[in-house]
Amino acid sequence: MSAISLNNITKTYNKGTVLAIDDISFDIEKGEIFGLIGPDGAGKTSIFRILTTLLLPDKGTATVVGNDVVKDYKKIRGIVGYMPGRFSLYQDLTVEENLNFFATVFGTTVKENYENIKDIYVQLEPFKDRRAGKLSGGMKQKLALCCALVHKPEVLFLDEPTTGVDVVSRKEFWEMLKRLKEQGITIMVSTSYMDEATLCDRIALIIGGKILSMDTPDKIVQAYPEKLYAIKSPKMHQLIRDIRSNDSILNCYASGEFIHLSFKEEGKDNETSLKKYLEDKGQTDIVFKPTTPTVEDCFIRLLSVNSEQRIVNSEQ
Amino acid sequence: MNVFCFALFTIHCSLFTEFMETVIKTKDLTKRFGDFVAVDKITFDVQKGEIFGFLGANGAGKTTAMRMLCGLSRPTSGEAMVAGIDVYHHPEQIKKNIGYMSQKFSLYEDLTVLENIKFYAGIYGLTDKQIKDKSDELVQKLGLQNQVNILVKSLPLGWRQKLSFSVAIVHQPKIVFLDEPTGGVDPTTRKQFWDMIYDASEQGITIFVTTHYLDEAEYCDRICIMVDGKIDALDTPSQLKKSFNVDNITEVFYLLARKAKRSDN
Repeated sequence: MSAISLNNITKTYNKGTVLAIDDISFDIEKGEIFGLIGPDGAGKTSIFRILTTLLLPDKGTATVVGNDVVKDYKKIRGIVGYMPGRFSLYQDLTVEENLNFFATVFGTTVKENYENIKDIYVQLEPFKDRRAGKLSGGMKQKLALCCALVHKPEVLFLDEPTTGVDVVSRKEFWEMLKRLKEQGITIMVSTSYMDEATLCDRIALIIGGKILSMDTPDKIVQAYPEKLYAIKSPKMHQLIRDIRSNDSILNCYASGEFIHLSFKEEGKDNETSLKKYLEDKGQTDIVFKPTTPTVEDCFIRLLSVNSEQRIVNSEQ
Repeated sequence: MNVFCFALFTIHCSLFTEFMETVIKTKDLTKRFGDFVAVDKITFDVQKGEIFGFLGANGAGKTTAMRMLCGLSRPTSGEAMVAGIDVYHHPEQIKKNIGYMSQKFSLYEDLTVLENIKFYAGIYGLTDKQIKDKSDELVQKLGLQNQVNILVKSLPLGWRQKLSFSVAIVHQPKIVFLDEPTGGVDPTTRKQFWDMIYDASEQGITIFVTTHYLDEAEYCDRICIMVDGKIDALDTPSQLKKSFNVDNITEVFYLLARKAKRSDN
C-alpha cells in the first residue's frame, strides 16, 4: 500500500474556469522524501490541500495511508502533519504555548511525545518563552516543524518550508528531514530551491497543473535531451545579450558564475562559430566548456517548452 | 596636438569620475537596541551602477543595516551617506532618491496592476504625463497588456515580483534596495528578474540586494557577508572564492556563518 496515492485528480476554481490540477496521478511510498517542484500557480498548494483534506477535488480519488481523502478525512487529520506555505503558527503565543496548543488539539501532550521532537526542540528550548512572531526565519520553521510532528504523524506535508530561510538553517532543516525519514515518516515537500530537489528520493516537476517529469533527480538529469554548455567572459552582463542575439542558440540563461546554453542543432563547428560571433561583438577571454545539467537546468528546459501553459495560468 | 590630448584626458577623467561616483558610504555604522548590538561598526562603500549583494544568516543584522540606509531607522553611531544625503540629518530626503522592494510589502493587492503603477508613480512625484508614459512603457515591457485591470492578488508571484521591481524604479532613483526579492519564485522567473536588475544597473541605477539564493550572489559585482552584526567578507564573488579556496559562494558562506554565535533576532 502506498503512503500517498493520487488517481486522476482534477481541481478547478471559479466555476471551472481555472484549471489548477489537470488529471494527476502518482504514488508515494512509505518513508520516501518526495519533492514537488514547480513555479507559482502550478498547482502544488492545491495538491497539498486535497491530501490534507482541506479541499475537495472535482474528479478523481486520493488516499493517505490507505484512507480516502473524502470519506476518511477525520482519520487522515489525526495521522498527518502539515506545514502550509510561510509561517502558520500563532505569532502572539510563545514557543512553548504553540507546541502545547497543537499537542492538545491532537489529543496528546508534549511530554508524551517529547522523544519525537527532541532533536529539533532542543534548539528552540532556550527560547521557549519567546513569542513566535519574534523568532528569526530559521527558528520559525523549526518551531512549525515541531508542531507538525508533535503528534507523531505517519506522513508530513511541507509546503515550501524553507522559503526565506538562510542557507545554514536550510541545511540543518534538511538534515532533520533525513532523520525523520529514517524513522519511517513519509515526507512530501515542495520547494523553489533546486539544490533541495536533489536531496529528495524522487521529484515531480509540475507546471500548469500537469506533471511533466517524475523520477529520481539523477534520472531526470540523465534525460536532458541536448548537450549543455557553460560559458563566461569578463563582460557577463553583455555576454548574455550577445549570445541571445545569435540564431543558433536554443536556450541561454545565467547560472551562477557561468551562462548555460544549448544549440538548436549539434555541430562540431558550433563552438568556433559562436566564439567568433562573440569576439566580433567585442567579447574577449571567453571560457567555453560542456557542462552536466542539474535539476535546475531540466526545470528551466521543461518550463521553456511549456511556456504557453504559464501564460494561460497567469490569466487566472 | 598637446591641447587636443589634454582635452581628451580631461574628458576621460571626468567620465571616469562620473562613472566612479560613490552612492553609499558608511563608516563604523552601528545600531544598538539596549545592550544588543545589531549592527557593529560596518564600513563600506558602493559605487554608482554597482550590483551590491548583502548576505548573511537570519539575525546577522542585514535588515537593520538596510533600514538605516533607507532612512527608516536612526543609527546609534557611525556615519552613513546615501545618494549624497546624510542619514542623520535628512532621512526623509533619502526616501525620495531611492526605490525599495521587499518580500513582505511591495504592491497593494486590492488594486489592479495599472492602479498600482499609477499610485506609486504619483507618490514618487512623476507628472501626469510622465505617469501615463511610464505606465504604458511598463505594461509593454512586462507583457501585462491583458492583465492591466486584474487585481494584483490574482497575479502569480513571479509576475508580482517583476511588476514590483519595475514600480520601485519608476522614478529612476539613484539606488534601489531589494530585500529578498526572489523568495519562493521558480528559477526561470528568477533569471528574468535578474535580467531586469542588469538592465537597471546599466541605466546607472545602483542595486543593493539581499538574497538567500547563493547562486544569485554570483550575479553581483561585489558581495558583503554579515555575521553577528559585523562585515566578515567584502569582495567580488570570484575573489572571495579564491581567498577561501572554494568553488562556490555557498561554501564561503558556510565557512563564515558556521562560526556565528547569533542565529536569532
